[in-house]
Amino acid sequence: MADVGFVADFSGALFWEAQRLLVVSDLHLEKGSSFAARGVLLPPYDTVATLSRLAAVIARHDPRQVIALGDSFHDRDAHARLSDPDREALAALQVRRNWIWIAGNHDPALPSSLGGVVATEVAIGPIVFRHEPTGAAGEIAGHLHPKARVPTRGRSIERRCFASDGERAVMPAFGAYTGGLSIRDRAFAKIFGSPGFMAHVLGDNRVHAFVASRCY
Amino acid sequence: MSTLDLFPVPPSETADLLPRRFRDWFASRGWSPREHQLALLAKAREERSALLIAPTGAGKTLAGFLPTLVELSGESEERGRTQSTRTPSPPPPLRGRSTSADAQSRVIGRRERGTPLAQNDTAYPSPQPSPARGEGALPASAAEPRKTLISTGRSVRRSGGLHTLYISPLKALAVDIARNLETPVAEMGLPIKIETRTGDTPVSRRQRQRRYPPDILLITPEQLALLLASDDAPFLFSSLKRIVLDELHALVTSKRGDLLSLGLARLWTIAPQARAIGLSATVAEPEQLARFLVPQPVGENASADVVTAGGAAPPVVEMLDTRERLPWSGHSARHALPEVYELIKRNKTTLVFVNTRSQAEMLFQDLWRMNDDGLAIALHHGSLDVAQRRKVEDAMAAGRLRGVVCTSSLDLGVDWGDVDLVINIGAPKGSSRLMQRIGRANHRFDEASRAVLVPANRFEVLECAVAIDAIAENAQDTPPLRSGALDVLAQHVLGCACGKPFLSDELYDEVRTAAPYAALSRTDFDDVVDFVATGGYALKTYERFARIKQDKQGRWRVTNPKVRQSYRLNVGTIVEDTMLKVRLVRSRAGGSGSTGAIARGGRMLGEIEEVFIEGLVPADTFVFGGEVVRYEALVEDQVYVSRANDKDAKVPSYMGGKFPLSTYLAERVRKLLDNSRAWNGLPDQVHDWLSLQRKFSRVPAVRELLVETFPRGGSHYLVCYPFEGRLAHQTLGMLLTRRLERARARPLGFVANEYALAVWGVGDLSFMIRHGKLDLNALFDPDMLGDDLEAWLAESALMKRTFRNCAIISGLIARRFTDEEKSRRQVLFSTDLIYDVLRKHQADHVLLRAARGDAATGLLDLRRLSDMLSRIHGRITHKDLDHVSPLAVPALLEIGRESVYGEASDELLAEAAEELVREATT
Repeated sequence: MADVGFVADFSGALFWEAQRLLVVSDLHLEKGSSFAARGVLLPPYDTVATLSRLAAVIARHDPRQVIALGDSFHDRDAHARLSDPDREALAALQVRRNWIWIAGNHDPALPSSLGGVVATEVAIGPIVFRHEPTGAAGEIAGHLHPKARVPTRGRSIERRCFASDGERAVMPAFGAYTGGLSIRDRAFAKIFGSPGFMAHVLGDNRVHAFVASRCY
Repeated sequence: MSTLDLFPVPPSETADLLPRRFRDWFASRGWSPREHQLALLAKAREERSALLIAPTGAGKTLAGFLPTLVELSGESEERGRTQSTRTPSPPPPLRGRSTSADAQSRVIGRRERGTPLAQNDTAYPSPQPSPARGEGALPASAAEPRKTLISTGRSVRRSGGLHTLYISPLKALAVDIARNLETPVAEMGLPIKIETRTGDTPVSRRQRQRRYPPDILLITPEQLALLLASDDAPFLFSSLKRIVLDELHALVTSKRGDLLSLGLARLWTIAPQARAIGLSATVAEPEQLARFLVPQPVGENASADVVTAGGAAPPVVEMLDTRERLPWSGHSARHALPEVYELIKRNKTTLVFVNTRSQAEMLFQDLWRMNDDGLAIALHHGSLDVAQRRKVEDAMAAGRLRGVVCTSSLDLGVDWGDVDLVINIGAPKGSSRLMQRIGRANHRFDEASRAVLVPANRFEVLECAVAIDAIAENAQDTPPLRSGALDVLAQHVLGCACGKPFLSDELYDEVRTAAPYAALSRTDFDDVVDFVATGGYALKTYERFARIKQDKQGRWRVTNPKVRQSYRLNVGTIVEDTMLKVRLVRSRAGGSGSTGAIARGGRMLGEIEEVFIEGLVPADTFVFGGEVVRYEALVEDQVYVSRANDKDAKVPSYMGGKFPLSTYLAERVRKLLDNSRAWNGLPDQVHDWLSLQRKFSRVPAVRELLVETFPRGGSHYLVCYPFEGRLAHQTLGMLLTRRLERARARPLGFVANEYALAVWGVGDLSFMIRHGKLDLNALFDPDMLGDDLEAWLAESALMKRTFRNCAIISGLIARRFTDEEKSRRQVLFSTDLIYDVLRKHQADHVLLRAARGDAATGLLDLRRLSDMLSRIHGRITHKDLDHVSPLAVPALLEIGRESVYGEASDELLAEAAEELVREATT
């Protein structure tokens, strides 16, 4: 994208080899406890599940920098509800790495006690990282949680996906409890203009590319 | 409701049980009471609960209500009992391990030392409503007059409280019964107030019903749960005398039955004097079903008395001997439609049953096309708009229809007297099921019902043949009584906490009086309570968010009114497939499923399963509401379709129906195959088919599993014939492909039907078996139900659907919301995520246990698969063939028509991607 080579990891992370930069979006940590406070007692294991997947993809690529592309925490107080083991696991991932929290609409303000630095957006070379997509060229964003349904032989498969037209990209949500928005939704048409963009669909061990107009 | 009597009962006995006014009423209609109706009166007088087993048309409903009507007429004890009320509010029942046994012995004691039964046949009933309505046999201490009857003529309002609760699986049935009861009540001038309470009952009436209960209340299991989950439940129910459970055979086979059983357990606590009458079609094990009606003592079985109505004429059932060529596969029975049409024409009113909604749609459309005589033929299935269904039902009741094409939506329900023929299209699936359907014809049970079975393919001919034999022997194959589901228990526990606070020990004892929960372990119970309180997680992080909490006395109560509100909105155990509304709009030229551009609004056609729509690609055509429509778009919970000009739908959409072939019929089909002399009774085409199979391959013996392997069109096939139903075969297919993958046989997919399973792949299976590289005994070893099953369950969409149902019923996830409106599609998605996370982090969580319990019998049919694997262990016969065998043809023909399963998602996605590339580059 924009003459930069990215690897779309099947976990939903994006790796910029040259920069040794790993990007993950929409972790939504502590979404479970957020629901629990409203009376929906979801299993309280989403944070540990998300963090262990994050640890796995970090171990695979050993990045020097990590960008969490916003909505890393499900609500404003979510960071305060992190359990001690989860807090330690997060700290361990940050050791010897530049860690950047991009502010999202769910977590506009994060305390410095979480480690790393907080920013509203980050530009590296021709690429801008921000939470909410604007459609600008060279932009990598999250926020929309793209997913695609792909017709296959006998049945259709719905998975999270990267959406990209080679000029800009929207990343899939990484969090264990994050749902998705169909890439056929109007929101994506606004960003990409035409339906000619691609859906890079997350498989179990690979990523599969489809023309978005063939998904639904 | 009742019909001309052919089985007179000695007059003296009748007189003893039935007051004069009733005898006169029967006589005025030219009827006399049937034996089983009197038997129920006698049971009621003896304070016994009873299960009435009777075919349709036997005056079952009147039998169920007679004890109530007699008691409420004030004439049951004409010798002049002194009590002026019926049972007053009882003292709280004893608790602890002996509760139910005590209740039981109290009853017996009461009867033994009770007053002699009235022998009066001279006393005339008073024309005025008499205040005496008690059964007069109560211990004196409990019989102090407390409430007095105030008679105000027809619109009498009794202060005696609720006397009888009638519970029906169908709202429409409750309404219909209420209407039908009005007749005898009015004609005999009985001072009885009858009301229904359903989801449609206005709030004002509901409130009035609580304060001034009618004598007889007709409700559904869900409404009972709601009434019990309130503070005033003891007030409302303490006077209860009789509980009438209609269509019990249908209720007990599902989670609704579990919920109902827990409601009954509640009622036994609140009103220990209440006795139950169950009304049921014929079942395989009446004694087991009768357990449902009485409190179960700890560690023992107690049953209600079984009363069987005899004398029904055996039905006349035949198989359509078609002039046409019998199809090898498929379920449409199109070949026989002209003959079906002829049958409709020759009879007065015909019910045409099919197994699925989409079959009903297609059949209706085809019949309509050939309807040159303009016969009034209608369509009825559960997905049609309610108003439309009512219209059909009304037209039917008024005798305006010649035929109705219907699904199991008409298996139960309102009696229609004038149906003179039932046609069953396709597989009968089970003998009891078929008998109940056939019973829908001719509700005069002393006349034979007539039915014609129309098999849609050759295997179904076999199934129809054995079903006809089974009916001739009156062999029943209803499933055994369920063991109660934990997710339903969770809903009930929350309901209890919404009413009066409860102690765990007491509720545990009460719950075990319900037959399905008699064997519930304390651990399971405590886990369920823990789940209701804080989610039941090993990580105790949700204490502060608890939905129910214990007070100082250890009693559990709901923490806040929102919890109560949410319970009330979400009560019930019927989790429909998520349904989407289908709207008819104008087609967009060249449009393809993007959102927004479609014209919103449009006429509502009905609802359709989300899983079906998910299998479609925009521009696919399918049949709905009797016409071919084109799938345009899906926006939130609305499916937009346009009218298609195609004559045939592209998507056949046979989804198999809810019920698999019964184990019993399957066994009979295997026996029929094994007995070549019996083939002579089959149509020639089928006889020839089986003979060819014997010549080219082998016809499977009763206990063996025949496995055929052969090459075809570049692939290699393995076809086996377990005859265990589509669901078990699907599960088997999933597990076999995993094993074949490990054995490097490179399977590509499989297709399952009710009788056979076909797997195909790249590897030469025949060669592998010949050279000892693939051992069939090892391939079909029951140990596949160990690790392979676990690994598959992790990703199985069916298991996720099963889990979703448990999550909804247990109250983890709400279906209906108080404030923020959340679309149901999101609920489906999030339960999949919950399943993944929970499975990884707390595999023994109570909801996962509940889901696994369901998997044993539900969508995965694991128990049946496991039984089959044990049956065939060491009895596999392999046939190494050059080409496809006659028996395998039907299965192979279904490839491409039915869903194909088996591959890991990555392979499917890769293939789909390549396909598109090919399409784009050529």
